[in-house]
Amino acid sequence: MNRYPLWKNILIGLVLFFGLIYTLPNFYGEVPAVQVSSGKATLKLDASLNGTIEQALRDAGIEHTGLFSDTNSVRVRVASTDVQLRAKDAIEKRLNPDPRDPSYVVALNLLSASPNWLTSINALPMYLGLDLRGGVHFLLQVDMPGAITKRLDATAADLRTLMRDKNVRHAGITREGNNVLLRFRDAEQREAARKAISASTADLQLTDRDDASDDLKLVATLGQNAQKNIRDFAIKQNITTLHNRINELGVAEPVIQQQGLDRIVVQLPGVQDVAKAKDILGRTATLEVRLVDETPGALEGALAGSVPLGTELYNERGGSPILVRNQVVLTGDRLTDAQPGFDGQTNEPAVHLTLDAAGSRIFRDVTRENVGKRMAILLIEKGKGEVVTAPVIRTEIGGGRVQISGRMTTQEASDVALLLRAGSLAAPMEIIEERTVGPSLGAENIAKGFHSTLWGFVAIAIFMSVYYMLFGLVSVIALAANLLLLVALLSLLQATLTLPGIAAMALTLGMAIDANVLINERIREELRNGVSPQAAIHAGYERAFDTILDSNITTLIAGIALLVFGSGPVRGFAVVHCLGILTSMFSAILISRMLVNLLYGRRRKLESVSIGQIWKPGN
Amino acid sequence: MEFFRIKKDIPFMRHALTFNIISLITFVLAVFFLATRGLHLSVEFTGGTLVEVAYAEAPQLEPIRSALATSGYPDAQVQNFGSSRDVLIRLPNREDLDTTKVSERTMATLQAVGGAPELRRVEFVGPQVGKELASDGAMALLLVIFGIVVYLAMRFEWRFAVSAIIANLHDVVIILGFFAFFQWEFSLPVLAAVLAVLGYSVNESVVVFDRVRETFKKKRGMTTPEVLDHAITSTISRTVITHGSTQMMVLAMLLFGGETLHYFAMALTIGILFGIYSSVLVAAPLVMWLGVSREQFIKPKKEKEEAVV
Repeated sequence: MNRYPLWKNILIGLVLFFGLIYTLPNFYGEVPAVQVSSGKATLKLDASLNGTIEQALRDAGIEHTGLFSDTNSVRVRVASTDVQLRAKDAIEKRLNPDPRDPSYVVALNLLSASPNWLTSINALPMYLGLDLRGGVHFLLQVDMPGAITKRLDATAADLRTLMRDKNVRHAGITREGNNVLLRFRDAEQREAARKAISASTADLQLTDRDDASDDLKLVATLGQNAQKNIRDFAIKQNITTLHNRINELGVAEPVIQQQGLDRIVVQLPGVQDVAKAKDILGRTATLEVRLVDETPGALEGALAGSVPLGTELYNERGGSPILVRNQVVLTGDRLTDAQPGFDGQTNEPAVHLTLDAAGSRIFRDVTRENVGKRMAILLIEKGKGEVVTAPVIRTEIGGGRVQISGRMTTQEASDVALLLRAGSLAAPMEIIEERTVGPSLGAENIAKGFHSTLWGFVAIAIFMSVYYMLFGLVSVIALAANLLLLVALLSLLQATLTLPGIAAMALTLGMAIDANVLINERIREELRNGVSPQAAIHAGYERAFDTILDSNITTLIAGIALLVFGSGPVRGFAVVHCLGILTSMFSAILISRMLVNLLYGRRRKLESVSIGQIWKPGN
Repeated sequence: MEFFRIKKDIPFMRHALTFNIISLITFVLAVFFLATRGLHLSVEFTGGTLVEVAYAEAPQLEPIRSALATSGYPDAQVQNFGSSRDVLIRLPNREDLDTTKVSERTMATLQAVGGAPELRRVEFVGPQVGKELASDGAMALLLVIFGIVVYLAMRFEWRFAVSAIIANLHDVVIILGFFAFFQWEFSLPVLAAVLAVLGYSVNESVVVFDRVRETFKKKRGMTTPEVLDHAITSTISRTVITHGSTQMMVLAMLLFGGETLHYFAMALTIGILFGIYSSVLVAAPLVMWLGVSREQFIKPKKEKEEAVV
């Protein structure tokens, strides 16, 4: 009666085997490595990069102990930290010949020292949180009301232009709070305005407001959809911008994620220079449009050393030098969007820019006066400018829709579009949470968490074995299996392990023993009542099951509530806690039963079991 | 080995009133301290900046305080953390402060004081985040209570659900009372510990109630207090051993877990100790006062039998 069918034993064995495999990588520790990832959003890594890196290392006489590549990065394992630094320099020199314009991010990293066959089946060590490995965590709040106000200001300007173009007489257009107010003297003009606005955009909702017979107002508000689009756009663009900026820091595994509707989490493992990190996060890049000085001989003169007054010498993307006037025609504030696309006539790759109303007017005037000349689009960052592109103006451009084309590949077009969009933040951001953990504290936290769990486990193991004898030992093995499965599950899911997570691991082990105590006490009780050992084992497991299920479910309810509402440290705790409850159900019931079955299940005439003293009141 | 050599059921219910009065007094005391002293909330809830630095040799705290005061932080709290070589500095948020620069300026000030401080940890929490965390914590607590009551009401009976949750909320309030009385820092991990304890000590009530249900079904002719006594007596060994084992783990955390886990483990310790007491000696009398009896309890089964007959 106390035998598991073969399939059940095999199944449990398989689960334990997989648990063991996926726990293994955690024992190997870490080795220094150099990680190469793309420094530009449009630069994709390909297979030839592996060869280039190997060649660079071979030329520098550096031996590596493994090269791994995935879609985002190439990692090279090396023997020591000295070699790591030399390898980084060698790779950096080969991949980024121009240090001012790096195409790749070459960063120092630590990689698991586990054998390649483990890595190839995706068995990785647990992913350690910042409090265990050290680093910086920021939570940034995107100023959404600011983004919407900015858009409304632009809308007010657009409406002014529209009214003028359509010859509608109004008595003033202003932004008040989240509305744009258009004033009119009479109802006819208001009706004309309404028609004109409805025809030009679907984003605005219009309502009438009559404050006096000669003070008629049209209130324009952004529709729900339009507001949502603005928000989505703002957060996406800010994330893109952050990505580009953080690439410069050379962080091996940055995390940049949206959290909630209007927040961005930035995690930079291993970064200690908080000031520099903040500087880079908070920096603003701007776009400028200027005219190119094409006076014959001026460029040659500038190259020879005498830059003409009122101009600056830049290198155009791609290399050729270019002389640009100091006077700024337009700034990036006037740009509302930039998208890659194709030229309608020639089908060449192109970038489509959208300017706001004021920008459109300026652009129309400037292009009308400078047909045939070149115009430079510059990206200014950290006070340093770069000419992204310098196209020839072919015709007067009105309407605020600008197209940049000519000698571009599709790749370059989307590159430029991204740069123009990502150059600046769509909405201002504010750091609302910052957490920095030094590397020594991280290592200490690991040691503390590990020791707590270890000694707690040892204490429980000793007690259980003494008190319940062989059944206690079975319980301890089940508990160890629980730990194994929990670590394997965390490694497999790559859930972030934090110090509260380690605490949850220890606590879950402390609670998980409850199931085995319940079972063992039940078996003792049955034996006390004079039931035969085999029947007692059977009844003990059967009867305890309901109680174990109930108590685990109530604990799981608390765990899930923490998971749903927790953030930061609480979430780290809750993930481990919930997973631990699941693995403990499996190990405490199935694994311990399997062991007991293997020990006693086959014996027909079982006289006694080793479960400690069975004390009867009569004795 | 057997610790529990109990010959007869222990008459717990005879003293039910005494237990309830003890509970009531501790509960009222806890509420009193919560109301008068309040919780010493960590920077996560209040918002503000926390900087932890380590020195090679134990520094004087007074020069650090005065240096911070002169550089614009007169309200900075400076104290030792764990050892005399570790210093913790707390700075509340203020309207006029450029919050993003606080940690750098503090470090600069400390470096100017000397002693070569090593930055261990910085935590900055903006004012809006703190409020959210507090309300999220309250929501989590409500969800746990609701979930447990519904589950127990489904599995057992509403009387059990109500008494279990009252008994265990009483634990939660007492833990909070301890934190208020000793002015221990109440942080997010402590909140997690409190909620985990809530789930954990409901276990305890569940185990006892399971036995109560079983005894009602099996043994006829026992009065309700006798049934409760029997259920508690037959599970008491398991209760003590389980909690003892969990407490061993928590003790390991208290001893080896360092400052960060200290209050976490502390909350668990109090929770475990009061958990035993309340789920056994508070929940059971409550069930009795609420008028549990075999008739209402096994009613559905009876109907079924009649239908068969």
